Amino acid sequence: MFLQQLVNGLTVGSTYSLIALGYTLIFGVLGIINMAHGQVFIFGSFVGLILMTSFDMPIAVAFIASIVVSGILGLILEFTAMRPLRKKNVPHLASLISTIGFATLLEEGMHKLFGADSRAFPDTVGSTSFQLGAVQIRAVDLIILGISIILMVVLHFWINKTKVGKAIRATAENTETASVLGINTNMVIVTTVVLASSLGGIAGMLIGMTYSALIPTMGMTLGFKGLAVLILGGVGSIPGAMICGLILGVIEVFTVAYGASSYRDAVAFGLIILILLIRPQGLFGRKA
Amino acid sequence: MKGNSISKSLLSVLLGTSLLVGCSSGASNPSSTGAAPETNNAAPTESAGEFTAKIGGVFILSGSSAAYGEAQKKGLDLALEELNETNKGKLKIEIQYEDTGGKKESAINSVNKLINQDNVVAIIGPTLSGEMLAAGPVANEAETPIFGISNTVEGINDIGEFVFRNSLPESIAIPTAMKQAIEKKGSKTAAFIYAENDDFSVSGFQTMKKTAEEMGLQNLGETTFAIGDVDFSAQLTKIKQLNPDVLLVSALYKEGSMVVKKARELGINSLIVGGNGFNNPKVFEIAGPAAEGLIVATPFSPEKQDEKVQKFVKAFEAKYGSKPDQFAAQAYDSLYIMSQSLLAAGTADRNALRDELAKLKDFEGVSGKLSFDEGRNPIGDAVVVEAKDGKFVPFE
Repeated sequence: MFLQQLVNGLTVGSTYSLIALGYTLIFGVLGIINMAHGQVFIFGSFVGLILMTSFDMPIAVAFIASIVVSGILGLILEFTAMRPLRKKNVPHLASLISTIGFATLLEEGMHKLFGADSRAFPDTVGSTSFQLGAVQIRAVDLIILGISIILMVVLHFWINKTKVGKAIRATAENTETASVLGINTNMVIVTTVVLASSLGGIAGMLIGMTYSALIPTMGMTLGFKGLAVLILGGVGSIPGAMICGLILGVIEVFTVAYGASSYRDAVAFGLIILILLIRPQGLFGRKA
Repeated sequence: MKGNSISKSLLSVLLGTSLLVGCSSGASNPSSTGAAPETNNAAPTESAGEFTAKIGGVFILSGSSAAYGEAQKKGLDLALEELNETNKGKLKIEIQYEDTGGKKESAINSVNKLINQDNVVAIIGPTLSGEMLAAGPVANEAETPIFGISNTVEGINDIGEFVFRNSLPESIAIPTAMKQAIEKKGSKTAAFIYAENDDFSVSGFQTMKKTAEEMGLQNLGETTFAIGDVDFSAQLTKIKQLNPDVLLVSALYKEGSMVVKKARELGINSLIVGGNGFNNPKVFEIAGPAAEGLIVATPFSPEKQDEKVQKFVKAFEAKYGSKPDQFAAQAYDSLYIMSQSLLAAGTADRNALRDELAKLKDFEGVSGKLSFDEGRNPIGDAVVVEAKDGKFVPFE
C-alpha cells in the first residue's frame, strides 16, 4: 500500500508541477502572478475535450486545439489585463487584480458555454493500467510524469541556451535596459505569456486524462495548488516548480492515507508555511 | 435641540418603514390592497377574476454547484409555462430568480430581498440544505412560506411553521435502499466515504452509519473528501485495502460519480450504495460503465412507467434536449403544489397560502405521491433503483 500511495502522490504531484511551470514562466519575466492561469488552461482543455466528445476528433487534434485556444486566451489576457497596466506603470498589485477579473470572466464564460457540470474524459490510451508487483500504474500516469520531465528539461535548456531564452532572461532582469540594448521586450513578454498559456493547454488535457474528468471550477482549485508550488519551489525556478509539485502531491496523498483526509490541505499548506519560515526564498529560490 | 429633531425624524422614518413592511405582506395581491385586510385568513371570497402571484426562486445559478440550480430553474420554468397556460383567467404566476452561488450569506440576502423588496408571496428554494438552515428562519420570521425542493437533511421542518419541503428526507430514502440492497446481497462489512464540508453529505453519512449499525454491519472505516476535490486515489486505495462487502457513498453526484469511477478503476469490487445525491442521469456521463450496479433510493426516476412521469420527461426533453433529474422533477412538482394551494386560497396572501400548503394531502406529482403530516414533514415513497446499461432501473 505504501508504494501504491507513493505512485498516487507522484501522479497528483506531476499535475501540480505542470501547472506551476506556467506560473513560474510568467512570474520570472513579468514579476507578476497571473491569477487567470488556471482558468485559461481549463478553458482551453474544455474546447479540446468537446472536440473529442461532440465532434469525434482524435486526441491529437484535441491536444492541438487546447494548446492553441489556451495560447490565444493568453494573448487576450496580455493585451487586455496586463499590457495596458504596464504602460501606465502602475504597481504590480493592480495586474494581480486585473488577472483575477479576467479569471472570473473566463469561469463564468465557461459556465455559460459548457455548463457547470463536470465532463467525463473519454477512455483513451491512458486508461490501460499495468500491474507492477503490488503497484498499479495507469499509462496516463507515466505519460504525464514523462511529459512533465521532458517539458521541464526543454524549457530549462531553451531559457538558458537559446537566443530567445537569453532575451527572456534579459527582460526578466531589467525590462528597460533590455529594450535599450535592442531587445523587443514587448515581443518577449507576449511570447512568454503565450508560451506559458499553451503549456497550460497541455497540462489541462493531461489533468483531464488523470482525473477522467474536467470541471470548469478546477482552474481555481488547481490554480491555487500551482501557486503554492510556485512559492514553495522559489518563484521563477523551473526545477523548483517541478520538484516541489511532486513533493506537495506526495504530502497530500500521505496525509489522506495515513492521517485524516479532512486535514489534506491543512497539512500540505502547514508544511509550506514551515518550509518558508526556514527558507523564505523557497526550496530552490535564490536569495534576493 | 438639533439632536432632538434628528432623533425625531429618525423615529418617524423607522415608524414609516415598519408600516410599509406591515403592508407588504398583502401588497402582492392587487385585489386586497384597498379593501378589508380582515380577509387575510378567511375563505376565498374574492376568487373572481385573474390574480397574480409573484414567487421567489432562490437557487445556485453560478459557481461550482450551479448545475443543481440550473436543473431546478429548468423544472420551474417548464411548470410555469404549463401552469400559466392551464390557469389562464384564474391565476398568473411570476417567478423572480435570485442566485446564491451556494453561499449561506447570499441565500439570506436573497430571501430578505425577495420578501421585503419584491413582495413575493412565497419562496421556492434554496438549493442546499445548509442554505435552507440559514435562510429558512429569516423567511419564517417574516411569515413568508419557504418551500425547499432539495433539502433532505434532518430538522428542516423544525425551523418553523412557514417552512415546507417536498424533498423526501434521507432518513426515509437511505435506509430503504440499504436494507433492500444489503439483504439481497448478504453483505457483512461496510466502509464509508463522504464529503465532509457539505451539510447534505454529512447528514446522509450519519443516516448511513446509523442504519449500518442497526443492521449489524461491521464498520471497517470511514474516509472523507471535500467538495471540489478531483483526486480520490488516496482514500480509495485505503478502502481497497479494507475490502468491504459494501461501500457507502454520501456525496453530490459531481464528486460522487468520480468516486465511483475511480473506485472501479482501482479494482474495488464491493457493492456500492449511494445517497440521493446520486440520483441524476449525469452519473452515467461522468462515471460511464463504472456506474453499473450502483444502488440508490430516489423519489423520482425518469424510467418510471407512469403516464404523468413520461409526459413530464417528454416535455422536458422537448424543451431542453436532456432528461430531467430529481432536482428538476421536484422543482416542477413544487410549482404545481404552489399553484394548487394558491388557487385554493384564492388570493396571493402569505398566511392564506401557508394554511393551504399545510393541508396538502395525496398530491400526485412526477416525484410520487406526497402528503404533509402535522409537522409538515413530507410523506412519500422512495423507489430503490439500480444502475443498468446507462440508466437507473427499479432494483429487484
